[in-house]
Amino acid sequence: MTFEHEVATKVAVPDGLPMAPRPFVIRRTRRETYDTFTLELESTIKTKPFSFAPGQFNMVYVFGVGEVPISISGDPDNMDKLLHTARAVGTVTKRMSALGKGDVLGIRGPFGAAWPLAEAKGKDVVIVAGGIGLPPLRPSIYSIMRNRGEYGRVCLLYGARTPSDILFPREMETWRKKHGIDVFITVDRSMKGWKGNVGVVTTLIPKATIDPLNTLAMIVGPEVMMRFSALELLKRGIDPATIYVSMERNMKCGIGLCGHCQFGPHFICKDGPVFPYNRIKELLMKREI
Amino acid sequence: MFQVAVTAMVYRIETAAVQSLIEVLHQQNYSVLGPTLRDGSIVYDELHDASDLPMGWTEEQRPGYYRIRKRNDEALFGFTLGPHSWKKFLFPSISKLFSASRNAKGFNVLKDKAEPKGGTKPLAFFGVRPCELHAIEIQDKVFASGDYKDPQYNNVRAQVFIVAVNCSHPAETCFCSSMGTGPGVEGQYDLALTEIIDEKQHFFLIEAGSPKGEQVLENIQHHPAEGNEVSKGEDVVRTAASNMKRTLDTRGIKELLYENAEHPEWEKVGARCLSCANCTLVCPTCFCNTVEDSTDLGGTEATRTRKWDSCFTLDFSYIHGGNIRTSTKARYRQWMTHKLASWIDQFGTSGCVGCGRCITWCPVGIDITDETRVIRDNNGSA
Repeated sequence: MTFEHEVATKVAVPDGLPMAPRPFVIRRTRRETYDTFTLELESTIKTKPFSFAPGQFNMVYVFGVGEVPISISGDPDNMDKLLHTARAVGTVTKRMSALGKGDVLGIRGPFGAAWPLAEAKGKDVVIVAGGIGLPPLRPSIYSIMRNRGEYGRVCLLYGARTPSDILFPREMETWRKKHGIDVFITVDRSMKGWKGNVGVVTTLIPKATIDPLNTLAMIVGPEVMMRFSALELLKRGIDPATIYVSMERNMKCGIGLCGHCQFGPHFICKDGPVFPYNRIKELLMKREI
Repeated sequence: MFQVAVTAMVYRIETAAVQSLIEVLHQQNYSVLGPTLRDGSIVYDELHDASDLPMGWTEEQRPGYYRIRKRNDEALFGFTLGPHSWKKFLFPSISKLFSASRNAKGFNVLKDKAEPKGGTKPLAFFGVRPCELHAIEIQDKVFASGDYKDPQYNNVRAQVFIVAVNCSHPAETCFCSSMGTGPGVEGQYDLALTEIIDEKQHFFLIEAGSPKGEQVLENIQHHPAEGNEVSKGEDVVRTAASNMKRTLDTRGIKELLYENAEHPEWEKVGARCLSCANCTLVCPTCFCNTVEDSTDLGGTEATRTRKWDSCFTLDFSYIHGGNIRTSTKARYRQWMTHKLASWIDQFGTSGCVGCGRCITWCPVGIDITDETRVIRDNNGSA
């Protein structure tokens, strides 16, 4: 394959039976919004800490119910706990949201390509998140905060449906106050008491406090949002070669064997989910790919 | 492409030796699988002896049409291909991936039952057509050559003994010459047969393609073939090639299909396509699958089952909030573009071997060679 860019950081594959989940126990649960929750998990095999790279995902299994791909939302430098943040929308995630401390889930992973954090060093970073697209970006934010000095200006542009859909609000305050991350939030629909921005997330892009000529962008959200965010970033003069997006498709295996996640020639599970924008921009512009 | 050693000796065996061949494979503990007549079609199943082969039968294939009929001779391989392919043995349509049991600490995966190792007998595929040999090699690339390998597939595949058969009678739906996959056997086989039959004679030519094959051959009666016998074998393949009418022009096919993702033909073929998934089930390379997780009634034992899936179902592309490929047009485009174009990017080979099954078994007779032609003839008309 000839691509203009290298695949984002590849991560070593775990050994063992590829379709058999490894049990993880729930140590804490946290309700983020009315329909979104975070599970804090710990491997039941103490000798095998869980390490991952920001942007990777796991196949998360609820005993006898099913398995779904969910990105990892925790700190890559904290190998003791594995965090998943999900919205209760399907059979598996609804069941997952009803689980509590001490319950056990199955984990296969981590899978997929990671965010290009090494490439982002020395650059400004703009992170654009739509809705449930914020959790897959949080590991990158943790990583950037830990090595804050190695990055230039860092700007998070976050769009939620309504003020009550905003994820991690208190945490975002900390990111803003203590870690020098510029956080801009907008909502699609306002509610009583909301004094912030109203409108789609792309309306925040002109506000981003970055140097377009030396910026790396990471975008996660619905496909249409990523498409328009990329176009808006291009308008600001950002080099398309420094824009990255994270794609989503149906997945049954996570390891390139089930065929479900194909996006043109790419298997989202192993070639992605993080892709350089240049590599997939033509496909992004087509419907029903 | 892997080339057979040109020095491979060609031997002659009599038709009766086909029975010996099956017996020797049985003696070597193989479960012998091959073509047999059942329910009005030639399918692949257990061969107990040579009489299970569809002797004297052939078939007529056209778009959306398959009928078996009697030949006026006793050819053992006088047919082409039925609806089955060897993938059903290497990549079964339903298989258990693991079972798990609830315990005080949550659950544990039952390792002994997980992804069963080749506890069953090794398999001998008897009568593998050249296109199918290529199809197996293509599925090897999918299941046995990536970062992740499918343990079930590999366990079975590693032990397979392949008896290939050169093609003598291409069906009307065949186009292997275009895909470079036939009608002559090429690739990794253990033994290769060529059936020679006319009014005067009926015998087989046989070549060993591996030490395993040589060892089996030693156990059956065979003689070095004479020059004119060898050339008769070459004639069989040459005649088969010249009798093949259907073609698919593969020049620049990847770019052609990538650039024509919005071609109006997709709309037209989408209107004809029933989205029935037949083409993906009969295709010897289609590998898409889904998993089903279930439990027993008590909720203490859970199982994950893998099943063949098809990109023609609506469910295939489901993500929260909806399905990606809602139209039949998009699903046909996905299938054909994957088969002929993106497969090349993914696995370094076309996903099509020109066996023509998707044409024959399509209830409305959609023809992948016609669809390619229409797009090529109106290239860029999107």
